[in-house]
Amino acid sequence: MRFADILNFAWQVVRGSRSRTALILLAMGIGVAAVVIVSSLGEGARRYVLDQFGSLGTNLLIVLPGRSETAGGAPGFIVGKTPRSITIDDAIALTRSHSVKRFAPLIIGTGDARWNSKNREVPVLGTTADYIQVRHMEMAQGHFLPEGDPHHAEPVCVVGMLVRRELFGAQEALGEWLRIGDRRFRVVGVLAPQGQSLGFNTDELVMVPLASAQALFNTDSLFRILVEAKGRERVPDAREDVLEIIKTRHEGERDITVITQDAVLATFDRILRALTLAVGGIAAISLGVAGILIMNVMLISVSQRRKEIGLLKAIGATSGEVKMIFFTEAVILALGGAVMGLLVGKLGQMAIGQLYPAIPFSPPWWALIAAPLTAIITSILLSVAPARRAAQLDPVQALSRR
Amino acid sequence: MIRLSTIERVFLVGDEEVHALRGVNLGINAGEYLSIMGPSGSGKSSLLNILGLLDRPNSGRYELDGRDVTGLGDDELARVRREKIGFVFQFFHLVPRLTAEQNIELPMVLAGIDPAERRQRLNKLLAEYGLEDRARHRPDQLSGGQCQRVAIARAMSMQPRIILADEPTGNLDRNTGQEVMALLEKLHADGGTLVVVTHDNELGSRAKRRIRIVDGQIVGDDSGT
Repeated sequence: MRFADILNFAWQVVRGSRSRTALILLAMGIGVAAVVIVSSLGEGARRYVLDQFGSLGTNLLIVLPGRSETAGGAPGFIVGKTPRSITIDDAIALTRSHSVKRFAPLIIGTGDARWNSKNREVPVLGTTADYIQVRHMEMAQGHFLPEGDPHHAEPVCVVGMLVRRELFGAQEALGEWLRIGDRRFRVVGVLAPQGQSLGFNTDELVMVPLASAQALFNTDSLFRILVEAKGRERVPDAREDVLEIIKTRHEGERDITVITQDAVLATFDRILRALTLAVGGIAAISLGVAGILIMNVMLISVSQRRKEIGLLKAIGATSGEVKMIFFTEAVILALGGAVMGLLVGKLGQMAIGQLYPAIPFSPPWWALIAAPLTAIITSILLSVAPARRAAQLDPVQALSRR
Repeated sequence: MIRLSTIERVFLVGDEEVHALRGVNLGINAGEYLSIMGPSGSGKSSLLNILGLLDRPNSGRYELDGRDVTGLGDDELARVRREKIGFVFQFFHLVPRLTAEQNIELPMVLAGIDPAERRQRLNKLLAEYGLEDRARHRPDQLSGGQCQRVAIARAMSMQPRIILADEPTGNLDRNTGQEVMALLEKLHADGGTLVVVTHDNELGSRAKRRIRIVDGQIVGDDSGT
């Protein structure tokens, strides 16, 4: 029997029994669509988180005081000892490294921001002029904190969009004096809205020069230093240099932790990928169910078409050909279901994308391959039994029954 | 052409052995027209199934065209059926979802014959059996006589040398039955070997050679006119 004829014969059957075909396509389609949609949700979440981190800038290293990893050494030696704080001079020393492009020290606290009669508690961030470049932020109005000696406490501040709106309303904010705690700062700039980033909403921040924040919160130690390497490939070098420089300055003790963007990203990436895979796998169970449905329907089809099978054998079909006919039928159904599922899944994913435009929903490539492939393979494996049953049918018995 | 020697066919019905055929010897020459008659349950259908290679004897030997086909495997048997034997059944056994012409074409499709060649033979068969205007009808849109004509055309599509007909008129009214028999007999007149199984004496007596079978044994082989 020619392959084209087998296809054509199976196609006649598939086309002939519409409701049966529709039912199988539906089951298969739902299975494939479920995998596609669920995995695009997972993938969307993963990309969303990665984008959030990516907005920090990929060349970024975060230096924080204290050692998060304890390797070797007697426990008593470490426990109970407060880590040495990082100072602004430590930060300045980092520029000695050839791999470090610039840095921004950070101090964070909360303060009462007051203008005229309005007041609002705001997170206050003390930093230097380079911060805006390190974090790739944009100004809406005015300019950022002035360049200059970070030890010098200039009475200026930059406010986030939300702060601007809530404190100043429709009035011009630039040039106004904002009171934070017991100090007064002149507003020199307004940040463009940036949205959420790393748990901070920059829109509700007030930024002041580092030295001012030190005075405001009465502290010398830095919360973090953000270090920008000269390029992505220089990040490991920069990390080594930072560790080395601080170690020298801290009497040979490595008491800081350096987090690189890549390490954070890789961890999140792994977790979310595993999660997507897991939910995708759960959705794939429905594919198994659809496969069993195909098997069931094929078995029914074999017993309904006993006479036809008997006839085919009588007029010269070999067992192999009968098997092939039923097999092809199952494959056509599975292929149709897979294609339909991909379409429905794509539509569903686009619909959800419309509802939540912020999250980049799109199915991961492996789901687009694995879902239809699983569908087709389960159907093929499960239709072996019905096809074999058809092939083994005894023509005399099959024909004698009416 | 066909030589059966000491064919035994035993079925197991429950615990009981039923001898459908007991030591049947039968030779059929090319171009013969013979009928196999007998009451129901006499073994005539079993004999036809064995002649048509649909069933295998428990013992005995079957030679077809000088070749021993007793020990052939299923696929080999299917190939022999395809090439040499055409079946006509009492219940037509047309595939209900296929059109008349698709039903006729089926054996050629199974044999893997080239579509152009198929079309050519198909047109000839449709013309020969007066089915041209019914070619695209499905079996449920055809009368019984038309269905049987389709079945005969199907049996002839591979140009077999042996036609086995099992109660070919059993499901038709008298006139249509006559027409169908005329068609079958024409095949014989054109040189084919025709074997008709029936319990109907009138039908059976049309054959030149009449085999009578009772209880699985041939009790009469009458070649007189």
